Amino acid sequence: MTLSRLAFFRAGGSALPGYRLSLTLTLAWTGFFIILPLSTLLVYPWQGGPAAMLSALHDSRMLAALWTSFSCAGIAAACNIPFGFLLAWALARGHLPGRRLADALIDLPLALPTAVSGITLATLYGPHGWLGAVLAEFGISVSYNKTGIVLALMFVGLPFVVRAVEPVLRNLPQELEEAAHLLGARPWQVFMRVIAAPVLPALITGFGLAFARGIGEYGSVIFIAGNQPFKSEIAPLLIVVRLQEFDYPGATAIALVLLCVSLLSLALIGGVRRRFALWSEPA
Amino acid sequence: MSIEVCNLVRLAPGTQQRLLDDVSLKVPDGAFVALVGPSGAGKTTLLRAIAGLDGCNSGSVLLDDRPMTSVKDRAGRMGFVFQNYALFPHMTVARNIAFGLDVLPRGERPARSAIAKRVEELLELMQLQGMGGKHPAKLSGGQRQRVALARALATGPRVLLLDEPFGALDPIVRRSIRTWLRELHDTLGLTTILVTHDQEEALEIADRIVVMQSGRIMQDATPQDLDEQPATEFVMEFLGEAVSFAGEVRHGRMIADDALVLPFAVPEGVTDGPITAMIRPYEMTIKKPASEQDVLSLYAAPRGTRNGYRHYTLQLGERIIPFYRPVEAADAQVQGVALDIGRARLFRQGLLCG
Repeated sequence: MTLSRLAFFRAGGSALPGYRLSLTLTLAWTGFFIILPLSTLLVYPWQGGPAAMLSALHDSRMLAALWTSFSCAGIAAACNIPFGFLLAWALARGHLPGRRLADALIDLPLALPTAVSGITLATLYGPHGWLGAVLAEFGISVSYNKTGIVLALMFVGLPFVVRAVEPVLRNLPQELEEAAHLLGARPWQVFMRVIAAPVLPALITGFGLAFARGIGEYGSVIFIAGNQPFKSEIAPLLIVVRLQEFDYPGATAIALVLLCVSLLSLALIGGVRRRFALWSEPA
Repeated sequence: MSIEVCNLVRLAPGTQQRLLDDVSLKVPDGAFVALVGPSGAGKTTLLRAIAGLDGCNSGSVLLDDRPMTSVKDRAGRMGFVFQNYALFPHMTVARNIAFGLDVLPRGERPARSAIAKRVEELLELMQLQGMGGKHPAKLSGGQRQRVALARALATGPRVLLLDEPFGALDPIVRRSIRTWLRELHDTLGLTTILVTHDQEEALEIADRIVVMQSGRIMQDATPQDLDEQPATEFVMEFLGEAVSFAGEVRHGRMIADDALVLPFAVPEGVTDGPITAMIRPYEMTIKKPASEQDVLSLYAAPRGTRNGYRHYTLQLGERIIPFYRPVEAADAQVQGVALDIGRARLFRQGLLCG
């Protein structure tokens, strides 16, 4: 870290051609596209004065929406871990027919416009949808409540877990399992100690990515969530509502809180991951 | 522990290609056996079949006369060292070594302190003191190799199976770890099977060498027998540089097709007919001219000195053959009228005869 920092200021001796130029460009680019918008977000809510800001932050509807967003994103990401792990496992190790097709399908939620996923999910799980109607028979309501939100977030978050875990699983030599078997480990011990443990950092990364996506997700959720204030309203939707009410300070206040909490939780997840990945760091 | 392999056949999945073609092998208790052969000969396949890692289509593996059917039967009784070591990357060296003990069912598992003591013992045995807390990624190749050995030995197996264990090491480490491994084998009274493609390594370390080719055992003998009586042309070729001379046996004398090669008497029992004579470059000699007046017809061009031998190349008709002489004799004549190959082994249809 210190070395690269030094290299920037005294790049004359760098072996890379155009090192200083490319670094400057990169920094300017990131600054322009990431730092600048974020800093306006930091500044804007305070324009109405600290009092207005404070009152905006005390809005209980906003707090409920934030809670819905974060809790649903967390639950969805957590649910995606076992499923994503299994899928990655099947892709990396299994030689099933149709593996290539499955491989392509997994990325689909990333490419699909989120509104499309939302409408699909809503028709599928809605009270009169194929699955929703069957579930309604059993008194289970999936749409227009938090279950629906979690379902939608699971759908969009799955590829992140699979894609984070799959390369790690693929690179895990088969000999590790064989060695563990020969040393007397029983199948579940082989799985827990030799396969799951080295994959754990990747699983945490996958969780973090799916969680981050879940917090920001809008399009696929609003169709199935029902969007009742205090119940099934997510924070990004509330921002839109506030904007439609021309309450710009209110909207940016939510955005600011969303930004801070997201940054904080991502940093936390990163920290946990590093804690578990100590072994893979070079000497 | 003795190992016996009976009529093992393994087909490549989904084909009729035989990876192991009716292989039988007996390894007595305490032996150090090396499986050698070119790539694809089935050495590793045989070793993995002995360890139970791959199934076989027919045949059996017996350990102390008891048939082994699954990996589970062998667990803890056979130590296996993989070519890439297969160390668990997320565990420290100590946890890697302790793995075989950690996974034992609660009733059989030694106390935590006993495991720690065993790990310390093994670290010392492997000359890895103080490395217990490191992760495998931070070790050198030689150290990883020894950790893999320690892990394989932790449960106290009597059999050690090694798959090309020296492949990734540099030559100096290779030599020292080779000698050290042989000592370890003797101290612990193990039965060891080693796979290698380096015949020199095998000749140096093993009591017995099993030469394999296309899924079959070509010869199973001591290094000395292998050198004196190679069963086939392939074995002769594989164990070191060899020069072959096509020719014919007539009236008990082998006459080579090449000019300038002296005929020599063949052992009794070799019938007349075409034959191939194979000889090591250092076993040939040049016959000096009888008198100063003789035309010099063979000339050995010097090609440097290695391992106490001076190397030459000889122009023999159309081909160029290697020719070695001990350094102390090298000042003597290296040119003359003819080549003496009286120490050659004779082969017919690829098989040793005479």
